[in-house]
Amino acid sequence: MAAAEQGVDAARKEEEEEEEQVVNPWEVSAGKGGIDYDKLVDQFGCQRIDDALVGRIARLTGRPPHCFLRRGLFFAHRDLNELLDLYEKGEKFYLYTGRGPSSEALHLGHLIPFMFTKYLQEAFKVPLVIQLTDDEKFLWKNLTIQESKRLARENAKDIIACGFDIERTFIFSDFSFVGGAFYENMMQVARCVTMNKAIGIFGFNLEDHIGKVSFPPVQAVPSFPSSFPHLFAGKDQLRCLIPCAVDQDPYFRMTRDVAPRIGYQKPSLIESRFFPALQGENTKMSASDANSAIYVTDSAKEIKTKVNKYAFSGGQDSIELHRKLGANLDVDVPIKYLNFFLEDDDELAHIKKEYKEGRMLTGEVKQRLIAVLSEIVARHQRARSQVTEEMVDAFMAVRPLPNMFG
Amino acid sequence: MGYTKDQLLARLQELKIYFTCYDHPVVLTVEEQAKHVGHLGGALSKNLLLKDKKHRLYVISALAGTKVDMKILSQRLGLGKGGLRMAPEENLLEVLQVPLRCVTPFALINESASAVSLLLDQGFKSKQICYFHPLTNDVTIALSSSNLDKFLISIGKQPAYVDLEAAPAVGKDNPPDLAHLVPSGVPNSSEQPVENASHTNVPHHQNNVPKETEVKAIMTISKVQSKGAETSSKVDKPTTNTSVDKFVNDVFDIISPLLSEELKKLDIKEELSSILDGLRGRADPDLKSIAMTLKNASYTNGFHAGFKTMLHRGLNG
Repeated sequence: MAAAEQGVDAARKEEEEEEEQVVNPWEVSAGKGGIDYDKLVDQFGCQRIDDALVGRIARLTGRPPHCFLRRGLFFAHRDLNELLDLYEKGEKFYLYTGRGPSSEALHLGHLIPFMFTKYLQEAFKVPLVIQLTDDEKFLWKNLTIQESKRLARENAKDIIACGFDIERTFIFSDFSFVGGAFYENMMQVARCVTMNKAIGIFGFNLEDHIGKVSFPPVQAVPSFPSSFPHLFAGKDQLRCLIPCAVDQDPYFRMTRDVAPRIGYQKPSLIESRFFPALQGENTKMSASDANSAIYVTDSAKEIKTKVNKYAFSGGQDSIELHRKLGANLDVDVPIKYLNFFLEDDDELAHIKKEYKEGRMLTGEVKQRLIAVLSEIVARHQRARSQVTEEMVDAFMAVRPLPNMFG
Repeated sequence: MGYTKDQLLARLQELKIYFTCYDHPVVLTVEEQAKHVGHLGGALSKNLLLKDKKHRLYVISALAGTKVDMKILSQRLGLGKGGLRMAPEENLLEVLQVPLRCVTPFALINESASAVSLLLDQGFKSKQICYFHPLTNDVTIALSSSNLDKFLISIGKQPAYVDLEAAPAVGKDNPPDLAHLVPSGVPNSSEQPVENASHTNVPHHQNNVPKETEVKAIMTISKVQSKGAETSSKVDKPTTNTSVDKFVNDVFDIISPLLSEELKKLDIKEELSSILDGLRGRADPDLKSIAMTLKNASYTNGFHAGFKTMLHRGLNG
């Protein structure tokens, strides 16, 4: 799965700098003022998640809703209410998410869907399949097959470090797993999508190689339980919930369109916003610019430096001016980051108020952010250091998961 | 059959739990017991078996002089007013497996009593020696409360000492303070594994009886054993519990009371429960993370061991 790779093509023409925002699996660029999520939701045709839905999830799972839900980071969905109706009646579902392993350098933005998926797994007590699209990266990037496979395994370690339960989780890479029932489903999907449709959804053109054009079914079929006979044999109608970033929506619009035609259930989706780069919403997070994001390999010192030096501040230029006018929370990156990662609702509200009214300074806000991020990164690094090759093998082994709904 | 007095005493000796033993005629009341051991200076206990509306059982073991108000206790347990009754005699015989008038903390050694909650009078702690019946009424054993604790811990029970005479108000702002002592599992029925007895029966059958009956006997034993496995498990699911959430909660349940105790000694004025909750909230993510790592690592080792086993068996045919 391609993440919101905003550094995709620095050589894009000037025309794209206009108001028109572009959001698809291979390109995300905002017009002036950042991504317009309302427009996106309208354009894509998904629903917004409201407070009632968040409350419902809390009730059904018997625990407080995840920070990302409370703060509206996961803000849109498709058929989530229907899925919850069934869950309430005792009908289970499974989770499906993934990553396009294009680099070893993972930043916090990459971890967000996994952190949220881990919460979903724990809260609903359901199994999870994680797809590593090493084939996709081979097709779109200048990588060898060997390198793609290696990156998939390395990324798997960071994913495992997010705390997934091995009794309920199956991780697979396309190069290793595609075949059998999975491949049969791929062909069923492929036969239902015309070239015209593919071009319309994904923006392919006649100069693109046929590898790209034939890739979408690979990302579609993990939504169907029959793709995993070792896990869901006999459960052809089991529902699927897909947590992903909103730029992945096109894949699943196509999947949902095809599903009923081949006798399968449509997957439900729960979608997130994009995670801003350190330098601000309109800049791109790029693997080539280490200062555009906090990486999971950053030391406490590096985190401190990056946040202090590069995090775009909405505060005023001088202390006097700041105390007078307060900060602009709409563009302040530390506040946006705290919105995602500071658990305590009361503390966050307090910081926002004090900062907006000029009583709290940028330095203090950044200091708090540094503490929060350092804790998260340290925890991740500790867990990551304990992931062995054998553990990756076990997560990726084609094995039954007898306790997956337990 | 439940444990006999001799089995219990042998177990106490194995555990190096020091006690003194007094024989006397069968006594059915504390007053009668007092006639035989009351002069020796130790503290007599009165023991009640109570039952709530959901058929959960409680042994209340108190100093003979402590006033036990069942209404107040019921509220403190979160059972409402009048939620506790004296348990009927069958429960004594079936669950505790002790004769009538012989309720005692030691009855918890029986598997059948595994879901029974035990509340101990905190007054025991200040007495050097306390008297209890060791599963029969014609004997009294004397031991210190810390030795009683040692015994309870050996059978997997955390000793719960309570100020039985306290009558805190229970309401919206004051949750029932003893609610954590309400049993969580399903109470055991009386069909307990006759494991000890059946093991001793098998040799008899093998010697004297033709094959058919032998097979039947083995089948009955395995049926009883599997029933025993079912009824003796405290949680609803019979599978091994691998829940990281539960593990972390259990860790806190162990540490919290200990920490509470120490904090009380330091005379901390703040609300202890909010300090503990705060600690818990902060430690939770890290604890869950390392617990999940351990679980995944253990599974990984098991998985690879299983794989290698299959590999070798495959080669050997």
